[in-house]
This record gives sequence, C-alpha cells and structure tokens, in this order.
Amino acid sequence: MLNYTIRRLMFTIPTLLFISFVIFLILDMAPNDPTGNLPMTIPPEVREKIRISLGLDSPMYVRYLLWCKQFFINEPLNLIGEWFNVCIGACEDRLRVRSWATRSPVVDLIAERMPQTLWVVGMSYVVSIVIALPIGVISAYKQYSWFDQVGTFVSMVGFSIPTFFTGVMLIVIFSVWVPNDSIFWLPSIYDTTHQVTDWPSFWFQMRQMVMPVMVLALYNAAQLSRFMRASMLDNLSQDYVRTARAKGLKEKTVLLVHVLRNSMIPVVTVIALSVPQVFGGAIITEQIFRVNGLGQLLIIGIQGADIPLVQTLTFVFAVLIVLFNLVADILYGLLDPRIRYD
Amino acid sequence: MTSADNTQVEAKNRSLWGDVWSQFRTHKGAMLGMIVFAIILFGVTAGPFLWKTDPQYLDIRAKNTFPMVSCFFTGSQMAQCFTDPTSIKFFDPDAEVLERIKVSWAHPIGTDQLGRDLLAQLLQGGRVSLAVGMTAMLLSLVLGTVVGVVAGYFKRLDGPLMRATDLFLALPLLPLLLVIIMLFRDTLRNAFGPETGIFLLIVFIIGITSWMQTARIVRGDVLALKEREFILAANSIGTPSNRIITRHILPNILSPIMVSATLGVATAIITESALSFLGLGFPSDFPTWGRLLFDGTTFIQQSPARVIWPGLAISLTVLSVNFIGDGLRDALDPRIRGR
Amino acid sequence: MKLTHFVAASLSVALMSSSALAGSHLAQGRDGNVNIIYWQAVSILNPFLSGGTKDIDASNLILEPLARYDQDGNMIPWLATEIPTVENGGVAEDLTSITWNITPGIKWSDGTPLTAADVVFTAEYCMNEDGGCQQTTSFSDVESVVADDDLTVTVKFSKPKPFPYGPFVGGTSPIIQAAQFKDCVGAEAPNCTEQNFNPIGTGPFKVDEFRANDVVTMVANPNYRDPSKPAFASLTFKGGGDAASAARAVLETGEFDYAWNLQIDPTVLSDMAAAGNGTVISAFGTAVERLMVNMTNPSADLGEKRSTLEGGPHPFLSDPAVRRALSIAIDRDLLAEVGYGAAGTATCNVVPAPAIYASDANDECLVQNIELANQILDDAGWARGADGIREKDGVRLSILYQTSTNAVRQDTQALIKQWWAEIGVETELKNIDAAVFFGGDQSSPDTFQKFYADIEMYTNLFDGTDPEAYMNSWTCGEIPSPENNWLGSNMPRYCNAEYDALAAELSETAAIEDRARIVRQMNDMLMSEGAMIPLVHRGRVSAHANSLNGVILNTWDSETWNVADWTRGE
Repeated sequence: MLNYTIRRLMFTIPTLLFISFVIFLILDMAPNDPTGNLPMTIPPEVREKIRISLGLDSPMYVRYLLWCKQFFINEPLNLIGEWFNVCIGACEDRLRVRSWATRSPVVDLIAERMPQTLWVVGMSYVVSIVIALPIGVISAYKQYSWFDQVGTFVSMVGFSIPTFFTGVMLIVIFSVWVPNDSIFWLPSIYDTTHQVTDWPSFWFQMRQMVMPVMVLALYNAAQLSRFMRASMLDNLSQDYVRTARAKGLKEKTVLLVHVLRNSMIPVVTVIALSVPQVFGGAIITEQIFRVNGLGQLLIIGIQGADIPLVQTLTFVFAVLIVLFNLVADILYGLLDPRIRYD
Repeated sequence: MTSADNTQVEAKNRSLWGDVWSQFRTHKGAMLGMIVFAIILFGVTAGPFLWKTDPQYLDIRAKNTFPMVSCFFTGSQMAQCFTDPTSIKFFDPDAEVLERIKVSWAHPIGTDQLGRDLLAQLLQGGRVSLAVGMTAMLLSLVLGTVVGVVAGYFKRLDGPLMRATDLFLALPLLPLLLVIIMLFRDTLRNAFGPETGIFLLIVFIIGITSWMQTARIVRGDVLALKEREFILAANSIGTPSNRIITRHILPNILSPIMVSATLGVATAIITESALSFLGLGFPSDFPTWGRLLFDGTTFIQQSPARVIWPGLAISLTVLSVNFIGDGLRDALDPRIRGR
Repeated sequence: MKLTHFVAASLSVALMSSSALAGSHLAQGRDGNVNIIYWQAVSILNPFLSGGTKDIDASNLILEPLARYDQDGNMIPWLATEIPTVENGGVAEDLTSITWNITPGIKWSDGTPLTAADVVFTAEYCMNEDGGCQQTTSFSDVESVVADDDLTVTVKFSKPKPFPYGPFVGGTSPIIQAAQFKDCVGAEAPNCTEQNFNPIGTGPFKVDEFRANDVVTMVANPNYRDPSKPAFASLTFKGGGDAASAARAVLETGEFDYAWNLQIDPTVLSDMAAAGNGTVISAFGTAVERLMVNMTNPSADLGEKRSTLEGGPHPFLSDPAVRRALSIAIDRDLLAEVGYGAAGTATCNVVPAPAIYASDANDECLVQNIELANQILDDAGWARGADGIREKDGVRLSILYQTSTNAVRQDTQALIKQWWAEIGVETELKNIDAAVFFGGDQSSPDTFQKFYADIEMYTNLFDGTDPEAYMNSWTCGEIPSPENNWLGSNMPRYCNAEYDALAAELSETAAIEDRARIVRQMNDMLMSEGAMIPLVHRGRVSAHANSLNGVILNTWDSETWNVADWTRGE
C-alpha cells in the first residue's frame, strides 16, 4: 500500500501539470473577455489598450509559462518568505499571480475567502453526512417501511428542486414573512466581516449560517443517503450477513460493523469527490445569500474572464481532486482488504 | 412460495425477462412509479394536441393570470368564480379597494408575465425536459459505467482512465461550455437545424460533464467485486473477460448505477435550464421545465403557481424514475427474486 | 408589523429630538452606519484601473473630481472654486486650454493639503502608456497638464476643444494623491495593491477594510471639509448576488439602506415597494435600448467577408421599407411598461436627452401601426408566402435576432417576435452571455461587433452631457471589420458621407445651440434611414430605505455623488 501511494504521488506531478495546461488552454480559448463587462462609454481603442496592458497580446504559451513560474516558483517562495520573515532573492520585485479585476495577488484573495467558505459550505457537508448516513442505513434496514418511504420522498424532492429555488423560498419565508424582531427571523445577506468573539456574536453567526447551510445540506444529503441506502441493500442480502446472524452476532454488530463497512465504498467515493467541492464553494447558494466565498470568487472571475484568478482557483481545485481521489483509493483498501493495488 | 404444481405449469413459459417482469409487478412502488411516469409521458406527448394553445403566443392582456385553483380562496364567491371567472372581485386589504382577481378558463393554471399560457408551456416544456433528461442521463450513465468497469477490471487501464476522470472533474465547467458553444453551435445548427442541433449539443454537454461520479463509484465497486470468490471461480474456469463483466460484474453493481440514473435525470433537467443562461440552450422563448422554474422563482411571491407546477413536474418525474429503478433493481437481483 | 413601525418611528423621533437638544451644531457621524448594496461586487477602489460602474461608484465615496454634474446635468464646482468658461477667462479664447482653481483649505484624509501637484500627478498617472488606465477618454487630446501655482492647474489641448471638460470632471476622473501613488506610475500601477485597495481621498469617507469582490467598510473622513458631514460614522458597501435579492434586502427585509440598478420585472419591484420599507427611485440619462440593423450581409457563406461592407448589402434589411415596417410594428409603450415600468419611456431617438439635443422629428414610430407596416411591405413588393412569411425574389423575411442574456431583454425579444410575425416576418431568437457578447474576443463569432446576425439589441449611452464622441460612432471610419480587428462602434455598418461631414462640423463648433442643432440633425439622419430602431429610453432605478434621507439619483455622474448629504431620518 505504501508503495502504491508513493507511486501514485509521483505520478500526480505530471498529471497535474498536464491538467493545468488543459485548463489554461480552455480558459484561453473561451470567448469571454476581461473588457466585456465595462460600461459602453469606454471606446474600443481603450479596451484594446487594456487588453494589451494585461499581457493578452503575447502568445498563449508565453502566458502559460509565466503563470507556471509565478505559481510554482514565486508564490511558494513568497509564502516561505512570509512565514519565516526572510527575503529570498529579489523578494520585492517578485511577480505574484495577480487577478486582473482586482490587481491583487490571487493567493491573498483565496485566503481571505477561506473562512466563510469553510464555515458555510464545509458545515453543510458535515450536516449532510450526519443526516444522510443514518437515514440511508435505517432506510435500507427497514426497506419499504414508512420511514423509508418518507425518506425516499424527501430526498428525491430535495434533489430535484434546485438550490436557486430553495434559497429564494427560504429567504421569502424567514426574512420577509417572519417579522424582523421575531426570534425566527434570519438575515438574508451573509456578513463576511462578522467576527465571532462572544456568545451573542456566535449566535448571530449561527443565524446567518442557517439558511445557506440548510439549502446545501438538503441537496447533498439527498444524494448521499440514496447511495448509502442502495449499497446497504446490496450487502444486506449477501450470504455473509446470513452467516453472521447464524453464528449469533448481535443485530447491531451485524449491521454497523459488517454491513456498514462493506457498504461504504460508493459512499466514500461520493464524500471524497465532495471534499474538493467544499473548497470549490457553492456557486449558486453563495450568490443567493451573498456568502461571497470561493464559489462566488470563481464565478466573478469567469464572468470577467479573469484568467489568472480562474486558472489558479481551478488548479487548486484540481490538486484537491487528485489528492482526495487518492485518499479514496487508499480508503477502499482499508475498508475492503481484498482490494490490492500492487 | 407457490405450490409445486404451479411452478411446474409455469416453468414451460418462464424466461429471464418474464421472471423479472413478474417480480417487478409485485413491487408496489415501482408499479406506481410506472403509472405516474406513463401519465407524464402521455401528457407531454399527447397533451399539446389536446390543449391546443400555442405555448409561445403572448396574450399580453391576460398577463399574470392566476390559476383556477385560486377560486377556492374566494370564499362565498367560489361557485361564481368557477362558472364566470372574469366577474370575480375581492377585497384587497392593502389598497382598500375591490380588485378583480384575474382567473380564466382559457388559462386554467395561469399565465406568465407576458401572458403565455402556463399549461401549454408545461406540456410543451416537458417534451424537451424529458427528452434531454433521459438521453443525457443514459449517455452519462453508459460513459460512466464503461469507464468505471474497464478501469476497475483491467488494472493496466486503471491509471490512465482514472487520471482522465480527474482531468474532467477538474475542468472549469463554465469556460469549457463557452468554448464548446463557440466551436460547435453554429456547425450543429447548420447541420441539424436550430432545434435538433441544440438538442444534440445539450445532451452531449450534459453527458460528457456528468459521467465522472458514476465512473468513480462503479470502479470502486468493481475493485471490491473483482476479488470476490465467484469472480475468481469464473476466472479459473477460463470465462473470458467480457463474459465475466456482463454476466457477473454488471448485475452486481446495478444498485449504484440505478441511483446514479435517478439522480442523473434530475441533474440533467436542471442543468439544461442553467445552460440556456449562457446562451447555449434552446432559444429563450422555448419553454422547458427547468427554465419555467427558474423564471418563476422571481415571481415566487406574486404567483406561487409558476414555481409549484414545474417544480412538481420535475419532482414527480424524478420520483417515478427512482421507484422504477428501485423495482428494476429488486427484480434483476436473483437473490431477491427467489423470495 | 404595524406596531413595530410605530415603535421604531417613535424611537427615532426621540433620538432626533435628543440630538437636536444637544446643540445646533451637527456633528459628523451622528447617524451611525449606512448599508449600501450593489449586486455587482467592488473589485478595486482605483477608478483608473477599472471602468466598472460599481468600482467607480464605490471609489466616489473616497475620491472626488474638480467638478461634477448635478442631477439635471449641470456642471457644478466640487473641489474647484468655479467652472472655468470662456466668459470668466478660465477657458482660452482659442479653446486650447482650460485653467482650474482649486478651493483652498481642502485636505486629504491623512491631513495633508490638496495641491495642484496632485492634479498634475493624476493626469500623468492616467496618461502613462504602460499603466493600462481605463479612463483615458477623459484625457483625450490633452497635451500637458501644468501647475501654475499651488492651487491653479492649466490643461493644454493639442487642438481646440469646444468641450474642454473631459479631465477632472465627473466621477470617472477624480483626483488621486500624488504622495500615495508616486511609486505606482506606469507598469507598476497594477502592483500597488495597498494603494488601489485603500486610496487616500478628499471625499466624505475613507476605507476601513477592503475585501475585493465582496464588501468594503468605510468610516467618515475626519478631515472632510465640512465638519458636520457626512452624517454617517461608517458605511458598509456590500456586493454580490442578483438584482432581485438586492431589491428585497432594501424594500422587504430592511437589512440595507440603498440598492443600486434594480433591473427587474416592474411588477415584482412595485410589489416589493408595497411592503413599505423603502422607495424606488428612478431618473433618466441618455441610455437607449435599441435594435441595431445590420446593413451588410451576415450570411455564413461569405466567410471572411461576413457582415462587412465588402460582403455586400443585406438581402432585405437594406430595403428602407422593411426597416420602417419593422420599426412601426413595435409597441414601444408596452415594451417600456412590461420591461422597465417607471424607469422606461418609449422613444424614437437615439439621443433622447438632454432636452436641447432631443429631436421630435421621428415620433411616427411612437404609435404601433401593424396595418401600416403591412401596407408598406405590400407596397414594397414583399408578398406573403404559403406559411405567412413574406418573400420577394426568393428572399424570405427571416431574421436572426441576438442580444445578451438578461430577463428583460428576453421578454422584449419575445414581444417583438410576435409583432413581427403579425407583419409576416419570421424571427429566430438568440441570446448570448454578456461577457461574450460585449467582450470583443477576436476568436468568438458571438460578439456584438462581429454582428453575425440580422438584428441585435443592447443599450448604449454617453457619459456626461456632451454627445460628440457618441455621435462619431456612426461615421464610416468606425465600422468594425477584420482590418481594424473588429474595433469600432458603428454596428449597423452605416456609411454616409453627409453624416461624416456633419460629424466633422460638430468637432469644430463651439456654441452650444449650434452643437445641439447638428446633433439633432445627425440623430434624425440615423433615424430616418433606419440604421437603428430605438425602443426604450431607459432610466436608472435604485431603491433606498424610507429612513434614508437626502438621496438624489443622478444619471449624469456617479450615483454616490452626494453621499455626504445623506442622513438618517424618518
């Protein structure tokens, strides 16, 4: 297993380089333009000058190599410099990856948005896992009971109603219809500058998180619980379950140790795929509640054709995907020792 | 268990699919799902012939008409409301005047802000949404399953295929879509005409951007399955790989595939509406369920009916597909079928 | 709800009376915090590095120009003592220079005085070739900017400028501090994150914390020239989301005090306003939603020559009868009502304002007349085919009609499609993501410059009150083509020597009445030839909470122009 992990990690580097190139190629080919959202009063000649000042006149491979240099060499050096407070080489003049729209280093933007994304999107995944796993297990164990039917109904409706609708619906109910001074009133706009320092501020943070977290959790829990249920059902009818029961194991042990463990493979896959999504943010939900996390940063970057920003964000996202898929593969081996990679 | 005699009599005509069907029929949820799905299918195929209002016609005078069900809220005037809907007035407490409530049998479930008939839009839109949902789901399912099975079963292909999956997962979706539109929209439009061309494009886009999760899940299951005794046994008696896959692997990974299929329909229907925002979907006056739901969201307080109907249509479709999938999975599982 | 209102009202009355008792002198920051929401988030606070309206409006809370336009389009001195004119000697007789006098005693928020050197530096900063300044239009034809003394600045132009109020006038051309930006000139400009995110200004507020593309928090500038202003001690400028939820936050939930650019369905907006928390305000500038008519042939068969003059005239839109019929078949009042409500009126002119420039010669199209449109087409020989679509010599009246993706525009498209169907014209609708449509990417076929369609729709406008550059858009030299990399603003590919002559005349005319006459003439020429089909004169729509006083919506300048006068009341 260790060998496998090391080999995979070695292979990761060329894979990621290739992915970064493909991403850059797509972003470069995409027909949107950084001057597209400027007011009409800015004439075409000025727009062309802006494009040139952004370096868009140089060939694609030059810009890609520049990004590589800035991202793989300059940014890490800068990070080390900041951590240890030392200056490596020409630290003042070192060019960092800068967003075109804000003219500020992309890495700083990402760091600024991390808290709200982790609070809201991260929390929603935690909530959805906590809800979905028990629902999936009970639904499968008591297949076609009323609990299962209700669970199926709710999760299917939850999945087929998109977040752009549930978000607005919650706002109308809890921010508009509920009077402002009621304890059930919830803010429709997330305050990213809010700092949790004491209990009242923590309470406020909880209140402003409730709606976005619930919207996202409903959607994700629906998906996760379906996979959990299906996988459990498969395993419940296997011979080893009968054997385990026959040899007198407690039902709880059979269910939670034997069946659950064997049913986890698809669930682990779904969870592993969703961890990078936590960092990718939730574009629609973040927009509706103005959480302004990484998802909103990405969508603004795409709308404004902010290539350095989108490239960096997407690449960080790609690194997480590759890493967490590796984690999933290792987990498969731990969950089912028969799976061997070597 | 049925009596031995019966089994004897039936045995003559029994085939695998006959068995599956008889098992499927005993699954109440699946039968219900099948009926609902059939009704929806009938509604969207035959509906536009029965309800002849043009879904694209703007009856601007009738804009923002309420659905006839609002008549239930007119209290004492309820009967009059159903028989002569245009005459109904009700008291508006905010404006403190009597207002005419806009309902009409010409638009039984109301109209949108430009006076397009919602029922006609719903029926017409269902055709597209169902067609896109089903085809895109099948495409992504087939792609995902093939990649997943091949990667899981053949060790040599595992690395490359899974790295390709990583690549597809990492690609930034929106810019990719913009590139695809730019490269292919006009070509397809010229080759197949505006509607078919865009249909193919949408199905293709949804298909190739949503197979990765299925592939990863299927691969995970195949990896575990491959080491099980019955596969080893099949291997040891020299069963060829393609036979092992179709006979032994596929039936055992049906559950996650069915779940993916159900979720895939919902995702495809919703994604279609998102695509039209990039100017990549159908023309803006072409109704689909996802589009109706999105447009209606703005009017959620003015006329809730505009979100309820398309939302209901999507949910019912997904629910019925889910139950059919459940029944099919049970019916295809020999361990359950015997019971 | 009613009770809450009453309590809130009486509370604020109590607060007001107590502050009145405290003394007649009103202190800065007496009204606490004001919340502003823009559904596009602010990316940078340096207006020279971003032309986006949201960035300019936000930076206008901090940075100020020498003169501004008020809500009626009149120029008013801001940091200058008066508006220089030829009469008062501020503008040279030969129109090649203008001299500004800065009001003495104005301080930057760091306490240092504003001097002519800052003004000179601002010009150098923006006119630097490598800086990527997005407001260079304000500085067009500027030869030099020199400080005559500490408080006097002279701008010299390379040629006579009948309208010399480009530099340092209006929200797009404010003054930045030389001391702060001295190391940020030219290629260094984008690297000065600290300066770009936290500019020192003379305005009523200064930055407390800036989060790019998210939220800006500001506090009152302690060195502001009027010690009683601004009334608010702090200001939150939140961004992101969509227009509908921004409107909801002000009008329904009451979480915010001011929301910008609420382009949403008018019935939804008025229903929200009925909740009683806030007021919807609108004002008209020069923006006109119009259809551009492609005078050249956009057929894909032409390859490189598609939609260019070389490709030849349009198969049917080159017929003036068709253009006129298309125009009068449209019910503009209905378009304005359905799509814009109070913020739109029907118009038949491409220059609808200011009043002296607005022509009334084209008002035929204000009234929809399907019958006449049919008549015109019949007379021109376009006969209906079997499917009801008109054709002549094998050419079908089949239109590809494109615009950017936007709910109101798609509604307009649907309505127009139906009216055109009534006169036997077939329409295919197409909508394109705004970033692509307006983006001008060379490789994309979907840009508004390439115009690979028969009709396209968008809004255009001119800044300030001088339409000269705007009118120049439709001269022959401005036609986008592969030769000029599709850079050009003459989308209809309209080319008329008479029009070009008028444009030349305009650039040499100084008297305002004569300029107005020429502009009206040019407008009428464009309209009578049908190169454009104007639809709706669009206003700005914003909303403010009822408790926020002093808001004056200004379409000639930044919306936040008078934020120093905003107060909290009931």
